[in-house]
Amino acid sequence: MSDFPHTPPKQSWTYSNDVNAEIRRAAATGIYDIRGGGSKRKLPHFDDLLFLGASISRYPLEGYREKCATDVWLGTRYAKKPIHLDIPVTIAGMSFGALSGPAKEALGRGASAAGTSTTTGDGGMTEEERGHSNTLVYQYLPSRYGMNPDDLRRADAIEVVVGQGAKPGGGGMLLGQKISDRVAKMRNLPKGIDQRSACRHPDWTGPDDLEIKIMEIREITDWEKPIYVKIGGARPYYDTALAVKAGADVVVLDGMQGGTAATQDVFIENVGMPILACIPLAVKALQDLGMHRKVQLIVSGGIRTGADVAKAMALGADAVAIGTAALIALGDNDPQWESAYNKLGTTAGAYDDWHEGKDPAGITTQDPELFNRFDPILGGRRLKNYLKVLTLEAQTIARACGKNHLHNLEPEDLCALTIEGAAMAGVPLAGTNWIPGKNGF
Amino acid sequence: MQTFDLEAQGLRALNQALHNLKGQTNQTAWEVVNPKGSHAIAVGVDAPIDITVRGSTGYYCAGMNKQATIRVKGSAGPGVAENMMSGTVIIDGDASQYAGATGRGGLLVIKGNASSRCGISMKGIDIVVHGNIGHMSCFMAQSGNMLVLGDAGDALGDSLYEAHLFVRGTVKSLGTDCIEKEMRPEHLAIIADLLKRGEADHLAKPSDFKRYGSARKLYTFNIDNASSY
Repeated sequence: MSDFPHTPPKQSWTYSNDVNAEIRRAAATGIYDIRGGGSKRKLPHFDDLLFLGASISRYPLEGYREKCATDVWLGTRYAKKPIHLDIPVTIAGMSFGALSGPAKEALGRGASAAGTSTTTGDGGMTEEERGHSNTLVYQYLPSRYGMNPDDLRRADAIEVVVGQGAKPGGGGMLLGQKISDRVAKMRNLPKGIDQRSACRHPDWTGPDDLEIKIMEIREITDWEKPIYVKIGGARPYYDTALAVKAGADVVVLDGMQGGTAATQDVFIENVGMPILACIPLAVKALQDLGMHRKVQLIVSGGIRTGADVAKAMALGADAVAIGTAALIALGDNDPQWESAYNKLGTTAGAYDDWHEGKDPAGITTQDPELFNRFDPILGGRRLKNYLKVLTLEAQTIARACGKNHLHNLEPEDLCALTIEGAAMAGVPLAGTNWIPGKNGF
Repeated sequence: MQTFDLEAQGLRALNQALHNLKGQTNQTAWEVVNPKGSHAIAVGVDAPIDITVRGSTGYYCAGMNKQATIRVKGSAGPGVAENMMSGTVIIDGDASQYAGATGRGGLLVIKGNASSRCGISMKGIDIVVHGNIGHMSCFMAQSGNMLVLGDAGDALGDSLYEAHLFVRGTVKSLGTDCIEKEMRPEHLAIIADLLKRGEADHLAKPSDFKRYGSARKLYTFNIDNASSY
């Protein structure tokens, strides 16, 4: 053999090990990959933004003495009974079916203890969540599983779901493993079958119909309840404007990092926009209509820290919603279950086969042996703690920016670390006055 | 008889008055005049009362009805009796799209024709149509009964679950996973009951109908069925 050095083995960037593994998996099974959660790509995100803090031109508030309020009113446009929350971090819609009954109870307990709302999901309202949620938002979904006027009336707000960030334009699938007797009864379906959730509402199409649908729901509930419209991050400027036109009290905007119980991986990773790109467009739509702060904006998809909360609010949101982070707070993907994750062929932090109903943490399952591992009281306490930390962190930043309410945060408090972040958020690249796309540059 | 002039008194006042009847009431007969195609007439009613609407209605008349008997002396716009829970809704004329959508109980009778997507995603309601139904009717219908004295349009019962479909006339085409099924005595009994309650027992007899239901091939995902979707 010659002594010439060999060219070292070189992996293809295009055909990476991950890509090749998926090709082999597809070839072996003949079916696309279905999983839970949101996009796992590295996306432009709130990490691309920084707060400037106070300086000579702006002075800060004392961290341990001066007030920085966090409350928010939702539904002030038309509802006779708008919602008042202590903190602007809400719990996003997640279904009973996708989650266990005890997990829904824990979400209610944690949210109520922290002074915020929780939300039902595709599968109807359970006693666990109604009983343990001081403020409960009831989702009005295309499937209408479990929908009835009594639950509409005992909800505190109603969220008409048009889309979600993980799959704008897509419906859902709850695999048969999770269709227990109770889930099947609530959804009027045979036990054990794969249950499809429609991608479109069955009795309205387009914004003009939606306006009439919202009016009908208001009439059924005697105009008491705030009505939210939830949209995925597809065309946020136009969708927000149309939701306002249709009569929404609140627009809920979910970016592609937002989770789902089960959808095709190709859908999650390739359809929709990151929340950072969505917020400024939605705020612009509200401002152009003169409705910013009159129709409230809740944003979701990748909110993890108080900094994310503060950045979303600085860009113009009135509140945020968390789903994946709330599940992690409850105990989802916790390393204490590592050996169980290994048996499922995965590892803590990467487990996303929520649809298979085998969740070692007992959260995304209908198997009594698994969900009985989960303590809803402890889970609720952990969620409350996490919500409190998010709020304290956001307050810390707001005070440093001289703001006595989280709602007083503004885009002028921000700069961007990356050109992409600057362009999407509409704030200057750090150290410059350059906002890509503005003023022709 | 309570007479309510919708044009003069307004929709909000009507629905509030009807909602206030929940529980005991001796105001059991209501007449709504001048509906003029208004939307959301008599929605969310939860009382065992009789309501007669004298004229045609817009979207979602009788939406989410519980207990009440609501008769429309005209035609109904889209989504009549959507998500009905119980009670009876009778349309003397025709009904537009999505009639009885997601209905969970009660009886919807349409004496004329129904447009597309009649009974879409129905979840336990009984629907009797004296005339024809349009395309994509009973799409993803989960449970309940649909009785059609006339013809059905394209893609009847597409992606059907466990609803029973009975059609007397022709079916232009069946949707994915919907097949004709054997008519057994228990089905004839269901039809006889629907004909009677649907004010149609003088128009047809049970033996006139064919039964359609789910082949149940799509109940669990199978890649070999991918071309069906």
